[in-house]
Amino acid sequence: MKSLLAPGHRGCAGCCDAMAAKFALMGAGEDCIVINPTGCLEVMTTPYPETAWDVPWVHSLFENAAAVGSGVEAALKALGKADKAKVLVMGGDGATLDIGMRSISGAFERGHDLTYVCIDNEAYMNTGVQRSGATPFNASTTTSPAGKVSFGNDRPKKNMPAIMVAHGAPYVATTSIGYPKDMINKVKKAVDIEGPTYVHAHAPCTTGWGFDTSKTVEVAKMAVQTGLWPLYEVEEGEVTKVRKIGKNIRPVEDYLKMQRRFKHLFTMEGGAEEIAKIQALANKNIEVYGL
Amino acid sequence: MAPENKLDKSKMVVVEGSYAVAHAAKVCRPNVISAYPITPQTHIVEDLSQFMADGEIPNCEYINVESEFSALSALVGSSAAGARCYSATTSQGLELMHEVLFNISGMRLPVVMTIANRAVSAPISIWNDHQDAISQRDTGWLQLYAENTQEISDMTAQAYKISEDKDILMPSMTCMDGFILSHVYEPVVLLEQDLTDEFLPAYEPEHVLDPKNPLSFGAFADPNYYTEFRYLQEQAMQKALKKIEDVANEFYDVYGRYYGGLIDEYRTDDADIIIMAMGSIVGTIKDVIDKLRDRNVKVGLLKVRSFRPFPVEAIKNVVKDAKVVVVLDKNISLGLNEGALFTETKSSLYNTDIRVPVVGYMIGHGGRDIKIDTIEKIIDEAEEVMKTGIKIESQFTDVKEELL
Repeated sequence: MKSLLAPGHRGCAGCCDAMAAKFALMGAGEDCIVINPTGCLEVMTTPYPETAWDVPWVHSLFENAAAVGSGVEAALKALGKADKAKVLVMGGDGATLDIGMRSISGAFERGHDLTYVCIDNEAYMNTGVQRSGATPFNASTTTSPAGKVSFGNDRPKKNMPAIMVAHGAPYVATTSIGYPKDMINKVKKAVDIEGPTYVHAHAPCTTGWGFDTSKTVEVAKMAVQTGLWPLYEVEEGEVTKVRKIGKNIRPVEDYLKMQRRFKHLFTMEGGAEEIAKIQALANKNIEVYGL
Repeated sequence: MAPENKLDKSKMVVVEGSYAVAHAAKVCRPNVISAYPITPQTHIVEDLSQFMADGEIPNCEYINVESEFSALSALVGSSAAGARCYSATTSQGLELMHEVLFNISGMRLPVVMTIANRAVSAPISIWNDHQDAISQRDTGWLQLYAENTQEISDMTAQAYKISEDKDILMPSMTCMDGFILSHVYEPVVLLEQDLTDEFLPAYEPEHVLDPKNPLSFGAFADPNYYTEFRYLQEQAMQKALKKIEDVANEFYDVYGRYYGGLIDEYRTDDADIIIMAMGSIVGTIKDVIDKLRDRNVKVGLLKVRSFRPFPVEAIKNVVKDAKVVVVLDKNISLGLNEGALFTETKSSLYNTDIRVPVVGYMIGHGGRDIKIDTIEKIIDEAEEVMKTGIKIESQFTDVKEELL
């Protein structure tokens, strides 16, 4: 399969954004227009006058990618070109579920025919690992650091896929860059469904999470295998498919200990209790989705 | 010598200013309209929505966005995809667009947007002044101000022609005074479809988002490149100075209507006192000038149509032989105690041989009525300046001392 993201971009070794963008483009195909809000992916792929994109690509601002996508879609319709290109928005977790929340909500409520892929690496990586609404419980970031009286981020992740389901989106899916075929197939399905569709891709960041650059895929897979990141599809509001873990389910410690951002949980007094709380979050996913 | 305005009275109809603007936008054949309702812009977008509902705007999509921020953001995508784009807003909506304004201009997307000028909160006020648009002065948008509903309507077509020119490619705000023009019913010639098709060619951008020829829009520029982007925007603004004049003349050739290019003049030939202003206040000033001319007061008007680009040479040329220049501003730069037109007029004259005194009046904030008496009093004070020099350089007008 042809890669529509050229090598030679400025992503880190083991970069999750590069993998996610490549897989999303494999799913969407070359007849697409990409809208990319501000973030690592934008910065590392388009230092003027260079570009890594072999598809038409537009970056406007941090918080407006879904609105820009709405405008591209409307223009294609008005100019009679709607069948010539899919509209694919790709943004990070901050751009999607924090600062871009109004924009994506408006675009989905209006029912534009576009696919939004959230590449979720669970913090503001481009600016130096500050917490976002997608940062998981007890993760240490530069603005939610662990300290003498803190275990790090004291809130669970915002459930963005559920919010998009609530918008009446015909298709919402979670995926992970640890499972490329899963991601490619879900993006392909999403772009082929008419209306606003949403794919939320879990994407471990070597720099921000603190693991070896060779371990991106392993960490991604472990998030799924512990039940912390369930993979499922929701069509017309109903869960239609879940990736089962079955007997191979792993304790959350196996995931947490791979990453520097959770290191304090293994050294601080009271850490075991905190890990138990994270295990409870995984258990709830296992129960709700029948993992 | 300015062309004579040949207004065909047989073609005139009495409509609301907002309707005239909406009709003009329709006649310009936009492909994407994206807007969010805000007083006093609402009637424009309501009329456009009705045109859409009645199937009167072919090849067009109307996006009912969830905010002004998204209204303009959507047009980044639409314009980059090759669509002719229109929006309208005012006041808080325009301020909310601030970040996107820079973005559209920096990406050289020729969007046209009508501003129904309104004061800015706090305190919240729905009434007219120019603080909203003036506050967006440095965002890289052309800012054109209209005197009446005929001019703002016709200015829509002019703005597209200027903005979409390959040497310009900068967005335009066409500014009309909120309520005073947006909600007034007066006779106008609605922008003619057949003449507009002749005047305004179809929008055919060189660079579009197209899978057959993938291009990247909106890359980031490091210090090796950023300066040149800004420089080229300023070059485009300087080219727009001539383009605005040319387009006003071309418009006259096709439609027979003319309101000035960068500026317009009224009884300035022998004027000792030149009043400068923008927008609907110009009509009031003309009435006062006629009255005072009967009393042999040598006063004339310099109407500024283009605030960006700023018409330095045109202004210098008009005021060079005057004895005093009086600038009226419906805005203030807090901390300087001056309105923007006043500051920039002074700046245009500094480092030149022109030594005319310039005084400024900030007037009509938050929709306060500007009366004929007030203008007369200002002109009386200008006569004093001629005799005794400047006593107060810049001041508020009609401040109610009892409320302070």
